[in-house]
Amino acid sequence: MRVTLSVNGKPATIDVEPRRTLADALREDLGLTGTHLGCEHGVCGACTVMLDGLPVRACLVLAVQAEGASLLTVEGLAGEDGALHPLQQSFTEHHALQCGFCTPGMLISALDLLNRIPNPTRAEIRSEMSGNICRCTGYNSITDAILAAARSLTQKD
Amino acid sequence: MKPAPFDYVVAASPREAVQYLADVEDASAKIIAGGQSLMPLLALRLARPSLLVDINRIPGLETIERISETTIRIGTLVRHRMLCAQTNSPLLHEAARWIGHSAIRTRGTIGGSLAHADPAAELPIVAVATGMVIEVMGPSTQRTVDAQDFFIGTLENSLADDEMIVSVISPLPERWGFAEYTRRHGDFGLVTVAAAEVQGEVKIAVGGVGSKPVRMLESEGLVNDSVTLSGQLIDQAARAAAASVEPNGDFHGSARYRIGLVEELVRRSLRQLGSGQADSEVDWS
Repeated sequence: MRVTLSVNGKPATIDVEPRRTLADALREDLGLTGTHLGCEHGVCGACTVMLDGLPVRACLVLAVQAEGASLLTVEGLAGEDGALHPLQQSFTEHHALQCGFCTPGMLISALDLLNRIPNPTRAEIRSEMSGNICRCTGYNSITDAILAAARSLTQKD
Repeated sequence: MKPAPFDYVVAASPREAVQYLADVEDASAKIIAGGQSLMPLLALRLARPSLLVDINRIPGLETIERISETTIRIGTLVRHRMLCAQTNSPLLHEAARWIGHSAIRTRGTIGGSLAHADPAAELPIVAVATGMVIEVMGPSTQRTVDAQDFFIGTLENSLADDEMIVSVISPLPERWGFAEYTRRHGDFGLVTVAAAEVQGEVKIAVGGVGSKPVRMLESEGLVNDSVTLSGQLIDQAARAAAASVEPNGDFHGSARYRIGLVEELVRRSLRQLGSGQADSEVDWS
């Protein structure tokens, strides 16, 4: 089936089987391998992307269901000039990744968190980020990074 | 971890959706709404439908309307995120907050959660406690099912193969309490309790202790027969609830541990019902 959608601001058309998940379509059909697949059944959070401005598990959405949708993946976070998004910058500064596998999902979930709660407490971050699993157990530095990004983003406004 | 092949159609109306279901000869067609329960089943190949009928683009099913002073009608496609945002039913707001994570609540729907009939899921428990009425459509039928009769067993509901949930009539309780215990925020509850007073009658439903939400009839009797909800009565009702359940143990918690949770969470939900205030939440920091 033909699916027309927008990914990181660019139009895209793909031809996929109905059973193709959005995550596989992003990786295999569009070559956007920044979206990672861990568990492939909605538990680990690694494949989290924004669909029409709201976070979704890309493994729990069929590509054919994304007809007409506007997606944001980790590849779309940095600026046109390659400048890192404040969250990405903060993740690097606070050592919020070790192997990096969970990071794309962490960044998108963190972006959703800051969209909803611009000034989160540590407890709110721990609770809101509990849907993203990091097997390097770097949760403290991830929390530090999100907290610092929240501060820098709200100071700019 | 990839779904088996299936055909896929987008339905334009509920009637068209159920007609698609009826037209599949081996009765293996499935409705897909938010997909937050069905997609894992497909990925694990625990479900292998021949046809998926997508209802996400049917107009008019994503609304909440006030139909009387004391009831609202919730369209089957209303997302958990929208239940969190609405103010008509504080109980549904609170319960929806406990469902999964933000990315799950974006897509998951009330109709999907009820139809999936997971005995530990929040919305079936609230549906039974508040006495929701589920509005169901088939190719040539339209009927309503009381939540109490809708759930049959683990992942089993009373829908025919060619029926779908169109909407839910949800009474707004005068007083309510909700308590859930999870190891991590967003996980399924080990035990979940909803207590709701609708038209003067209190019902208490518990999840995580059986194959569907279980009513605590003895505890309800104690509460409904009494004029005031004293601390002593709440303790008595909580103990009666704990004595009435026979949960299975698993690696998340033993049977005895779950019985202990039932007593404490029934106590907390009745305290909240009586006082209008929740016990302090767990500090996750």
